[in-house]
Amino acid sequence: MTRTPLRPLAHILKARSRGENPDVIEAENTRMRHEQDRDKARSRAEGRLLVLGFGFFFAFAVIGGRMGVLASTEAEEPRAAAVGNPIIGQRADIVDRNGRILATNLDTFSLYAQPQEMVDPQYAAEQLAVIFPEMEAEELVEDFTGSRKFLWLRRQISPEQMQMVHDIGSPGLLFGPREMRLYPNGPVAAHILGGASYGREGVSSAEVIGVAGVEARFDDFLRDPANEGAPLELSIDLTVQAAAEQVLAGGMSIMNAKGAASVLMDVHTGEIISMVSLPDFDPNNRPQVLTSGDQADSPLFNRALQGVYELGSVFKIFAVGQAMELGLINPNTLINTRGPLELGRFKIRDFHDYGAELSSTDIIVKSSNIGTARIAMQIGADRQRDFLGSLGFFEPTSVEMIEAPGGAPLLPLNWSELSTMTISYGHGLSTSPVHLAAGYASLLNGGIRVQPTLLRQDGPQNGERVVREDVSAMAASMLRQVVVRGTASFGEVPGYAVGGKTGTADKPRPSGGYYDDRVIATFASVFPADDPRYVLIVTLDEPVESSGDRPRRTAGWTAVPIAAEMIRRVAPLLGLRPQIESLEPIGVTLNSN
Amino acid sequence: MRGLLFILAGLSVMGLAFWSYQENYKTRDALSEVRKLHREIGAAHERLGMLQAEWAYLNRPDRLSDLADLNYDRLGLLPLMPDGFRSVDQIIYPLPEVLPITNPIDVNAFTAAQDEDDPL
Repeated sequence: MTRTPLRPLAHILKARSRGENPDVIEAENTRMRHEQDRDKARSRAEGRLLVLGFGFFFAFAVIGGRMGVLASTEAEEPRAAAVGNPIIGQRADIVDRNGRILATNLDTFSLYAQPQEMVDPQYAAEQLAVIFPEMEAEELVEDFTGSRKFLWLRRQISPEQMQMVHDIGSPGLLFGPREMRLYPNGPVAAHILGGASYGREGVSSAEVIGVAGVEARFDDFLRDPANEGAPLELSIDLTVQAAAEQVLAGGMSIMNAKGAASVLMDVHTGEIISMVSLPDFDPNNRPQVLTSGDQADSPLFNRALQGVYELGSVFKIFAVGQAMELGLINPNTLINTRGPLELGRFKIRDFHDYGAELSSTDIIVKSSNIGTARIAMQIGADRQRDFLGSLGFFEPTSVEMIEAPGGAPLLPLNWSELSTMTISYGHGLSTSPVHLAAGYASLLNGGIRVQPTLLRQDGPQNGERVVREDVSAMAASMLRQVVVRGTASFGEVPGYAVGGKTGTADKPRPSGGYYDDRVIATFASVFPADDPRYVLIVTLDEPVESSGDRPRRTAGWTAVPIAAEMIRRVAPLLGLRPQIESLEPIGVTLNSN
Repeated sequence: MRGLLFILAGLSVMGLAFWSYQENYKTRDALSEVRKLHREIGAAHERLGMLQAEWAYLNRPDRLSDLADLNYDRLGLLPLMPDGFRSVDQIIYPLPEVLPITNPIDVNAFTAAQDEDDPL
């Protein structure tokens, strides 16, 4: 590029000759050069800005495009960096303490219709009504020919039904995969398991959610993919549960009872080995909740956990146990049983007149209300309340079921002197059979408080101490006496040293007062009494034993034989060997060769 | 010298490109293999779940007790009861097996006759 000089000699000389200032020419030329420089710089800057602009545009366009692609495509697992097992996404199984399946999943199909795809809606509707008895052909025709574009027909269908629907050959009948919750054992442990239903539903999948029992309580655990399909292990033993249900159902029909419940608990671990409530239901086909009437009449009602009743004389052992703990009495202390015991207008009577006095063991054996009330008076209201509270009788049980908070005990508003006396023999305080089982377990296992649980435990619970070990052993031996020579003589099972206490409580009328001919009969038992391992509570609702001249309703005639039969069936299954005294010492000595 | 370096660098770029091409395809093969295995495991898991459910259904306590009742004549199965336990001395131990004969005695007419003659 040729550079124009700022002071071209020709122009300068010409200007000088004309008498003009040659500096003007220089100034003009300087200005021109500045303008040129400025124009060049601007065009270069413009070019750079353009390049930068394009750079930014493409960068944003790539990011935006990628975002759009990510947003519009189906989500995909990162295959190369997948941790763990990506396959097991199903709801986890529920198993019993030995790993037998209580609840599992089954792959099945749902059936839905897209009427606009149908060629012959009339025929399809008729054929569907033949396959599925609950469908009406007229209603289906109405649905198929109306304005609806989509409708569900069945939540789940069997493979046979699916084949039959295939054979109809209508392009508007479609199937979506479904996961179905299956309870292979039918009604066994129905109340514990609860049931499941569908939450959010789509064509290609549906959410299975628990609606009751442990299914609802552990819904998050069962659905958590992080567990990789690890099953939920319950403390229930399926065989024991089935045997207990069978015995209880038989007993309930023999005793003409309206309902029945039983709880079998390990005294050291607090594990509930079986919990039965009758009548029961099939969780595969869970019945509807009652919309009117008493919920306690519904088969869904869990009498063992939610059934809060005054359980009667089974509570006497707590008063006697506490008095022994406090050193007020020992098993041979004589207690005044002269009656009736009057407090204001209220009179406490015994079933029979037991004379002037009985030893405290005999008060339990013969079930004397007066004697127990006198012992409770010695203990006093405050100490009694604290003791029953320490056994867990004032709050809902800690059983891991969604229904557990519903089984809150009913306490007297004012814990008066009269309440102290009536509660000592089980009236005025309403609790569930599970509460009672936990109370008996805590009293008899050596005196350590246990919390009832439905989850498998690996060792005994280390709760606080409620009574001394010797008191616990004395209480167990008193309960043994009840079976040997007391009100529960039908409870003897050879080899298992059953101990227990009967309780027969009148049912309260809804209108106030008590029925004369309706009772709750309870037998709270422990076996073997010399080294307690298990506590069994059997409760019958309105039992009548009518083999004799007069109908008999007391627990000794109704609940006790059932409990004995249950122990006979269940104890061998629990691995307890009967302690049978052999006439001569065993003649075989084992030695190694 | 500089030219040689350029040639070497170029060759190494080509070599790396070839290597990464191969690795890329190996990775894709491995991923599709993993996908296939996952599918197979998934199917096996499904089948296993179905079999376990069926096993549990066939072994449900109600059915087993019904079957035991139906086949009582053949099997004689009863619920486990306390009298099913016995003390050790009531168990018949298997008789000890006969020891193997290490010094066989010929029992034919000749030796038998000899034995008769022999006062021992």
